Amino acid sequence: MSCEPVIDVRGLTKSFGDKTVVDHFDLKVPRGSIYGFLGPNGSGKTTTIRMVCGLLKPDEGEGTCLGYDVLHESVKIKSNVGYMTQRFSLYEDLSIRENLEFFSRLYGLDNMRRRVNDAIASLGLEGRARQLAGSLSGGWKQRLALAACMIHEPQLLLLDEPTAGVDPKARRDFWDTIRAYAREGVTTLVSTHYMDEAVQCDRIAYIAYGKKLLDAPTAEIPARLGLHAFKIDNGDLEKLSAALKGAPGVEILARFGASIHVCGKDREKLAAAVGRIRGEPGVRVTEIEAGLEEAFIYLMTESDDNFSVEESAA
Amino acid sequence: MISFSRIAAVFIKELVQMRRDRPTFAIMIMVPVMQLALFGFAINTDPRHLPAAVELRDDGPLTRSFLSSLKQSTYVDIIDIVHSDAEGEELLRSGKVNFLIVIPENFETEFVRGQKPEILIAADASDPVAAGGVVGAIGEIARRAFAPELDRLPAKLRGGAPPYNVVIHRQYNPEGVTAFNIVPGLLGVILTMTMTMITSIALTRERERGTYEALLSTPVRPLEIMIGKTTPYIIVGAIQTSIILLAARYVFHIPFTGDPAAFLLVISVFILTNLMLGYLISTVAKTQMQAMQMTFFIFLPSILLSGFMFPFRAMPSWARAIGEAIPNTHFLRMVREIMLKGAGLPDIIGDLGPLLLILLVLAGIALMRFQRTLD
Ligand SMILES: Nc1ncnc2c1ncn2[C@@H]1O[C@H](COP(=O)(O)OP(=O)(O)OP(=O)(O)O)[C@@H](O)[C@H]1O
Ligand SMILES: [Mg+2]
Repeated sequence: MSCEPVIDVRGLTKSFGDKTVVDHFDLKVPRGSIYGFLGPNGSGKTTTIRMVCGLLKPDEGEGTCLGYDVLHESVKIKSNVGYMTQRFSLYEDLSIRENLEFFSRLYGLDNMRRRVNDAIASLGLEGRARQLAGSLSGGWKQRLALAACMIHEPQLLLLDEPTAGVDPKARRDFWDTIRAYAREGVTTLVSTHYMDEAVQCDRIAYIAYGKKLLDAPTAEIPARLGLHAFKIDNGDLEKLSAALKGAPGVEILARFGASIHVCGKDREKLAAAVGRIRGEPGVRVTEIEAGLEEAFIYLMTESDDNFSVEESAA
Repeated sequence: MISFSRIAAVFIKELVQMRRDRPTFAIMIMVPVMQLALFGFAINTDPRHLPAAVELRDDGPLTRSFLSSLKQSTYVDIIDIVHSDAEGEELLRSGKVNFLIVIPENFETEFVRGQKPEILIAADASDPVAAGGVVGAIGEIARRAFAPELDRLPAKLRGGAPPYNVVIHRQYNPEGVTAFNIVPGLLGVILTMTMTMITSIALTRERERGTYEALLSTPVRPLEIMIGKTTPYIIVGAIQTSIILLAARYVFHIPFTGDPAAFLLVISVFILTNLMLGYLISTVAKTQMQAMQMTFFIFLPSILLSGFMFPFRAMPSWARAIGEAIPNTHFLRMVREIMLKGAGLPDIIGDLGPLLLILLVLAGIALMRFQRTLD
């Protein structure tokens, strides 16, 4: 029972009009894992999450979530899932406490008062419980929404960009919480655009144009893509960028703080390209291991011909 | 499987939101007050000096006494005396006069012979309020006019019924809707408008604000949302009803003659029906703007075809057929029966049944239309 995946969906497909937004999407999320869900804007992440928790009816596909059929048992799924929407969806004209109480009642929870008090305390909002949710800052709204979707202690958290606009300290706290939950066996599927969050996931599924391009343990992703990378620092970075851009073998070129990273799959060509600028005054070139961030920049630039990537990742 | 806790959750949330949304709440209370004030001033319930014409087919002391009594009453101003039917009809039809008073041939002789001649009052009842005052007062005017004459009559004609008949012909509005009818009618119209409007945005607002997604991601059921979202507005409807009833009683002096329990039942069913109608709209409307437009689309026939504006029996049959499907039609009939004619529950079953049916159909369709998903 415990080795059975918490989410196990196959071939999920959803079209709006004649546009296929999610295209035969498969996903298996094991219990207690933190599963990252990445992809460029508009790639279908939100749509997929909504289908998993029964908020959208898939045009095609089947599967289970928490052992319940995603097509027919959405009420049971909803009772046991904490879904945090991408757009703030609590009531702006209710206070913090009233929002939390509303959701506690909807889940039919006992000890409502205690749970709500605990949630407010863990948010550190004791003094502001009567403040209207609409008057909170963006980051605080996110944190309140997260608290609201966890109030019924769900077995599965579906978090759609939960930390967008949240400050670094609060994001750290948030991830500490998620990991603590994971240790207790709570499963999390979280979509994000932040690389520092992606690295904290056990596994990552990457989607583009509605198709899953990659699904692998986080640590293995750069290697799976077969990327080679060089780091260039010192020197006139603007001029160097211009020289390297479009050079054969340089598939991506990205600024990382005070250095440039160039990556490509063909190490020979890439080495040749950077070799040409090695002589420039003050320039330092070092070969590095391609990281997750390079991997995703690569994926996002390559999303157009996604099938080739899918094969190499399989 | 219906959970009281979840209904309570939605109910409490709606109450809090309603309390916070002061402007809307104020409008809900102000609408009946303003409508009543407007109608109250517009409807002069005791109009005087209305133009009248007299068609004289006979003349004599009795006739003159009656006419001077009419003038003294100040209800009418006699602006013309005619001697033929055609002339009189024309004056009435063209709207130059509100009343045509016909003194028949041989009135004087028949009067003293005890043959009960008829004084005909033809009233233009297309302005029912205007007609109402005179029609109500005419019996008394005639009695006063003829009182001195009666004393001179032979004893056998005194006492008992008066030796004449006043016949009133209401023209252009045979039902003779009066101010008494309008205030109970306002109750139906105000409830239709405000109750439908307030729930028509119940779901639409959640959809527009994005809260619908969070709401739907919980295990709450469509019926629970429906009950939780509509019941708070029953309270609002009750407040409105109280305002109108108090005004009817103390401002317009309309007697409440029927069974209060029957009234309570009718008003509850009617409020629920309108809430359901609004709720149904909110399952269809994409935006609050659309919801408002649909509400007005429904509101117009509720005024025009329900018998509020035009007498129901005078409408063409197709309009009556539509009217039968409008909740307000049945409500108006029942409320007029109860308030004005002293009816009880058994008298109104014929309209309560159809109203209940409409309520169930609306609730059923609303539940069927309710989307549990965001598609
Ligand atoms: N209800 C809808 N009707 C029509 N099109 C929709 C609807 N919902 C989503 N889409 C379209 O589906 C595509 C995928 O949207 P989705 O919100 O799933 O992307 P996403 O990966 O979550 O993007 P983001 O990172 O910006 O949140 C987009 O092109 C969007 O315009
Ligand atoms: Mg999204």
